[in-house]
Formats: sequence, C-alpha cells, structure tokens
Amino acid sequence: MKMATREAYGRKLAELVEKNKQIIVLDADLSGSTKTSLAQKVRPEQHFNMGIAEGNMMSVAAGLAESGKTVFCSSFAMFAAGRAYEQIRNSIAYPHMNVKICATHAGICIGEDGATHQCIEDLALMRSIPGMIVIQPCDQYETAAVIETIANIEHPCYVRLGRLEVDTIYDSQYQFTLGKGHILQQGSKVAVIATGLMVQEAYKACQMIDEKPTLVNMASIKPIDEELIIKLAKTHDVIITCEEHNIIGGLGSAVSEVLAKNYPCKQVMIGVQDTFGESGDPQLLLEKYKLDCKTIARVIQNEF
Amino acid sequence: MQASEIKWHANEIRKNIIQMISEAKSGHPGGSLSATDILTVLYFDIMNIHADNITSKDRDRFVLSKGHAAPALYATLAQAGLLAKEELKTYRKINTNLQGHPNKNEVTGVDMSTGSLGQGMSCAIGMALANKIDKNTHHVYALVGDGECEEGQIWEGAMAAAHYHLDNLTVIVDYNQLQIDGAIQNVMNPTPIDEKFKAFGWHVLEVDGHDVQALQEVLHKEKRVMGKPTMILAHTIKGKGVSFMEHSAKWHGTPPSAEQCIDALKELEVC
Repeated sequence: MKMATREAYGRKLAELVEKNKQIIVLDADLSGSTKTSLAQKVRPEQHFNMGIAEGNMMSVAAGLAESGKTVFCSSFAMFAAGRAYEQIRNSIAYPHMNVKICATHAGICIGEDGATHQCIEDLALMRSIPGMIVIQPCDQYETAAVIETIANIEHPCYVRLGRLEVDTIYDSQYQFTLGKGHILQQGSKVAVIATGLMVQEAYKACQMIDEKPTLVNMASIKPIDEELIIKLAKTHDVIITCEEHNIIGGLGSAVSEVLAKNYPCKQVMIGVQDTFGESGDPQLLLEKYKLDCKTIARVIQNEF
Repeated sequence: MQASEIKWHANEIRKNIIQMISEAKSGHPGGSLSATDILTVLYFDIMNIHADNITSKDRDRFVLSKGHAAPALYATLAQAGLLAKEELKTYRKINTNLQGHPNKNEVTGVDMSTGSLGQGMSCAIGMALANKIDKNTHHVYALVGDGECEEGQIWEGAMAAAHYHLDNLTVIVDYNQLQIDGAIQNVMNPTPIDEKFKAFGWHVLEVDGHDVQALQEVLHKEKRVMGKPTMILAHTIKGKGVSFMEHSAKWHGTPPSAEQCIDALKELEVC
C-alpha cells in the first residue's frame, strides 16, 4: 500500500497527542498538507495554528519547550528549514529545546509547485547546526517508528518528510534505531546508500538488474552510522549515495565526510546536481533530474 | 519595596554594568543602562523570583529579548543574590558562563537564550502560551528594544500574542530612540510603536522608564486587562546615569576605557 510519509507522520502524531497531554503541535497555515490537522482533530487544545509566520512559530515552539512541553512544529521544508533557519538555530538548537521540526514537502517531488517550494538544501542546513538530530524516513512504517522515537528523546530534531505517496519498504514490526543504517540487501562490490524516497528508487533499481549490490537505508542522517559506512567501504569497491537533495551538504556529503576521515574509497553521488528544480509531475521530475530507478540501475551497472 | 531602596539597587547595578564592560573591553553599555531601572523594578518589586524558586518553572519568567543588554541582566541577578558577584568579572571572557549574549543553559535564572533580535519576544509568547495551557497563573515579562521593533518577527509575535489572548504576558519596550547606526527615526523608523501594538490588539501603557515609582505602578497587575497582552512603552535614555554616555548612539556597543570607567563610577558614586 502506498502512503506519503507526511500522512504517516500525521497519523502517528494524532496517536501521540491523545496519549500525552504534554505534546503540543504548531503549524503555519499548512495543517491540511503537513497532516498535523489529524492531531488537531483529536486534540484541538494541543494544536495551535501560528499562521503564515514561520520564524515566530519556531521561537514560540522554543518558549513552549522551555516550559516543559514536547513540541512538534510543522511546515513545508522550504519554510521550516529555509525561512526559519535562524530561529531554529538560535531559539531551538542553541538553548537545546525539545522541539521536533517535522518538515513536509521536501525535495523536488513536491512537483507542480516548482522551484520556490522544492527544498533541496534542508539536510545541509539542518545537519550543519551543532547538535541537531536529522532524520529522513523512507516509508510509512519507518516514519511512525521515527516519530515515536523522537517523541521520547529530549532533543531538538529535524525530520524530513515527503508529499508523494511511496511504496512500503517495511512492516509494522520495524524498529528504528537512531544513528543506525539498515541493510535491505546484502550484495557485493557496490554499496548503495539511500535516504527517503530514494530508498524505493534504489530498491526498484536493484530489482531491474542482474548484478547484486548491497543496499542500505540511511534514515538517520545525523548522527550517521559511521561504523556501517566504514564497513561498507572496506568490503565494497564503490559507494553510491542516493538522495532527493542537492549533492552538496546532504547524505552524500555526510557519507563522504566519514569516508575521508576513516577509509577513503570511490563514491558516486546521485542527487540534485547543484541546480534548482522546476514544475512538473514528480515522476517525470525524478527522471529529468536523474534520480529515478532507471538512472540508479545504470549507475550501479557502470560500477560493476 | 520602597522606591528609594530600588533606586539604590539600580545604582549598584549600573556600577557593575560599567565595571563589567570595562573589564571585558567589550559589550553594550548604552542599552544596558537604559534598561537598568526597568530590570531592577522587575526583579526587586514585581516578579516572584528568589533564590528558593530560581530553578523552578513555577514562578514569573523574564526574557531579555534585547540580549545585548546582558550586562544589565547579569548585574541585576547578582544584585538580587541570584548570581555570584565575582562571576561578573568573567563576562565575555573565555570559559565564562556569562556569554556576550545570555545563554540559559549556563546561568541559572536566565530564562531564555537570546541575542538574535526579535526571537526572545516570540519565546516569551511560547512561555505565556504554555502557562495558559497549564493554567499556571504566573506572568511572563519580556524586554524588547525599540530598534528591535524593526524586526518583522516582532510583528509576527504581536499578532500571535493578541490572537491567543495572552493577558499573562507583558512586553516592555525600552524606548531610548537610538540604535547602532543612529536615531531610530533616521535608520528605519519603527514609530509609532504604541499605536502599532494597539492596532495589533494589545493593551498599551506608557511610562517614564527611569521613574521607579511610576514603573512600580505601571507594572502592577491591576494595570493589566483581561484577554489582551500588555505592551509598556518605557521612555528611556540610552546610557542613563553616565553623563557622557547619555543620548549617544556611539555608546551602543563601545566599552569605556579605564579612565572613562573611573569617571563613570565617580558619577554613579555620588548618586
């Protein structure tokens, strides 16, 4: 069954607010799209719409957290990580406030809205803030597990969620561990490390070819699974990273930082090649920007 | 507390502000001195904050949104017995808890880390909102600069506080009419600040920010109204108390030399 990670987030959050009165949800006039409206429906007294004013929303979230609340704060990635970057840094991260920024509609797969709304820099922005936890789940079950996990750790977190409906990779038994990657397929020679909806694209790519690379889902971008990356580098000839994000500052960079420090090895970065996106059908955008399964399959084959 | 006693404390705080900034050879004297009487009245007469409840959230809260006036906050906490006086000497120096702009995780009694203008007021709004949710009857105060009112976030916050009827929030604007580059009216005119807050749905009051008795009266809870946040426009003088610093934008972020420090302390000694 297909489901967008934002939908899974909204459903899980609705569960959590029912169980825990200390959870407060803020949204910036996008609750229908970010799906925090589901939490609002069950616990309207725990949901506050802050209007189209994301900077204020982030600082208000910090004030609520300072008063003992666990705050979930949502908008589109562009306006959360982008517009409100400095409020996230100075009001939330620096004083170490218990705020979970769950940003939806990340990446180019927001589609028709075009470049102004296609945030391809958020992982870079959030990853570079000291102490920030950064996670990008790939499907509904992983999203639910991630939201459950971060609700129980007193720490600022950024969760990158998508608009597009995506195939399920896991099932309801899946357990998420912060700082750990998850091997989906053990192969040899080539190791593919993907995050978010690129896990599905990479998975499809692996089905399309005879070669059998190792496939890893790296949901935990920060902290990242250094141990696993080093092990992959030692046991494979090349690492391919796949992200629906600019190739600067995201998963590819995070992996290369680990490799450069510990075990330099060849790396190919699949991602948005330092360019803005554009309007269009998400699937066609994935193809045009060379993020689709066929491209990934070709790149894997080239490396075998 | 008697106004005369508060005035004495305010003068002690001013002396510490001058010494701290002189010792650090860095810091913001002008806006610290303009805010001193407001802070003194809050900590000595208005807020229920003392050594026994300092770590608790079950007390009134204060956010110094104009975080560069940190020396005024640190010196006030020290004067109120909430911070060791000898720590003041470490302000802005390596390994200090007294950061150039306040960090709540390093100083007990600093309720929010501030420094990037516009954000502290929103944080105070979050605290007031939390108090409403928890039916906690304590009050939240924030001190905002007049130049800070040029930040768009102040008006985002002004909208939100009125929208959620945060009558448990009082924002005091330190209206000294000067910012780094000169007179606020010349740099980027944010006036009329009072009319703007009124238009955003706030209960607005005005006071002489150096008249201790008037501050005690205007900050009294009876002056608040149900259902609206309160903004108090406090008319102040940048550099108040040190003649050569008064009414001068130059002293926004310039430390006094050792000689100027002595001159300033002499002036404050005779008060």
